[in-house]
Amino acid sequence: MTFDARTIAKDFPILSRTIRDGKRLVYLDSGATSQKPNVVIDAESDFYRLHNAAVHRGAHQLAEEATDAYEGARSIVANFLNADIDEVVFTKSATESLNLIAYAMGNAQIGNRFHLKAGDSIVVTEMEHHANLIPWQQLAARTGATLKWLSVTAEGRLDLSNLDSLVDASTKVVALTHQSNVLGTINPLEDITRRAHEVGAVVVLDACQSVPHMPTDVKALDIDFLAFSGHKAVGPTGVGIFWGRADLLAELPPFLTGGSMIENVTMESATWAPAPRKFEAGVPNMAQAVGLGAALTYLSAIGMENIHQHEISLTKYLLEGLSAITDLRIIGPKTTDLRGGVVSFTLGDIHPHDLGQYLDSQGIAVRTGHHCAWPLTRKLGVPATTRASVYLYNTTDDLDALISGVHGAQKYFGR
Amino acid sequence: MQLDNLYQEVILDHYKNPQHKKLNPTYDAQVHHINPSCGDEITLNVTLDGDLVKDVSWDGVGCSISQASVSILTDLLIGKNLKQAQIVADSFMHLMQSKGTEKGDEELLEDAVALAGVSQYPARIKCALLGWMAFKDASVQALAKQG
Repeated sequence: MTFDARTIAKDFPILSRTIRDGKRLVYLDSGATSQKPNVVIDAESDFYRLHNAAVHRGAHQLAEEATDAYEGARSIVANFLNADIDEVVFTKSATESLNLIAYAMGNAQIGNRFHLKAGDSIVVTEMEHHANLIPWQQLAARTGATLKWLSVTAEGRLDLSNLDSLVDASTKVVALTHQSNVLGTINPLEDITRRAHEVGAVVVLDACQSVPHMPTDVKALDIDFLAFSGHKAVGPTGVGIFWGRADLLAELPPFLTGGSMIENVTMESATWAPAPRKFEAGVPNMAQAVGLGAALTYLSAIGMENIHQHEISLTKYLLEGLSAITDLRIIGPKTTDLRGGVVSFTLGDIHPHDLGQYLDSQGIAVRTGHHCAWPLTRKLGVPATTRASVYLYNTTDDLDALISGVHGAQKYFGR
Repeated sequence: MQLDNLYQEVILDHYKNPQHKKLNPTYDAQVHHINPSCGDEITLNVTLDGDLVKDVSWDGVGCSISQASVSILTDLLIGKNLKQAQIVADSFMHLMQSKGTEKGDEELLEDAVALAGVSQYPARIKCALLGWMAFKDASVQALAKQG
């Protein structure tokens, strides 16, 4: 199948609606959330319409169908990541996935490899989304461990020059993003995973901006845990993935406790079901998990490498187009080398909120602000940026609209 | 176009030439307010003389709406007593919540009526209110200091 973004866009009903008095919708905010194709909308509503029942319980046909659909989705996710099926945990969001591991580690007793105490360290980076920063800040505060971080260079890359001294024998966790949601930077992981494993630390990867956009093989990446959200991968909201290596999930204590996640319960105590059930307390988000399964099946049929290549060519086009605009400053790498389709910029004295508002009046949807990465935007000396992010359904027409919108804004606010 | 309701000339003028945007080193109360959804920040100093708003000065970063709104605020409230200032602030608050149905009392709000268009853009109301919330906070603190 040849890749054609225009044909793909037809699968997404929202992309044919109009905005602000009849303007064509130019959606360049997929980094915040992606739009949904009909197959995903149908899969979620069909679950409710035809198969709805509580999974893993109930002696009736609907319960069997719901369980099959839910576990089928788990298998799709596992294949998508080249993971084993029991390593895939459904959560409500990537934020929950990252909190899950941080809280679970906080629950680890002395003797458990995840136990943290004063003198231990947790290493993050300056380019983390708040969701992969604050849970670790909080874990450090609860356990007495020290939070350290890799810095970001002026051009928006990780500074790995002090990797070996920062990640040392005290380090228990290295948590970082695969692709920055502000800069678009794709972090090279080899040196980091090598060093982390050398000192016995686990690597937690926030893959929210990478899994939806490029092929992901958790085994090849040599990481230990990974989180991503369904809604950024053309899936429904309300479903995220927490993946962990089987041997590690076996040792990691649970986070949420309650129904479904147990093996045996008495009035005094309880024992846990094996992973992934240990991490899925309560009746899960079945319809959303099934919707995510449909989403990943859809993306796989198009081909993740095709999507990745399409985004690289769009990003190149956008970087070139934006670079030619007077007073426009790109925040992040200026080439497509190790870079994804998230492009942040500032525009002279025009505040991002005002630029975003003008673009909206032209039907163009972008994100403005600090993008939930406040320490990073502060470090770079830009309190806010405008961010355009592309996905499989975007075309160069969308980018031309953005570029012409930026020119229009300069004219509008320059009056 | 509808956008012109939001970005009236008066607002862009205040944005380009903000009034009282230089922190007065003497003050009765200083507050720092943040809009966490967008990163806009303001530091605002208030000096009272009895119940008279003697001086308001500020510094900050933010969009044209937030910057113009606080600039207009300083012009409006300096020289008023706290009771009059409260009446103006209440009227402005009411205008911001009017969802585009009201034009604002020009006699009371003066340049601030130019911000009426903001009320049609729910995401921007917080921008317009940033400085007003800071003033409210600072004036309460300054008053408390008088004992």
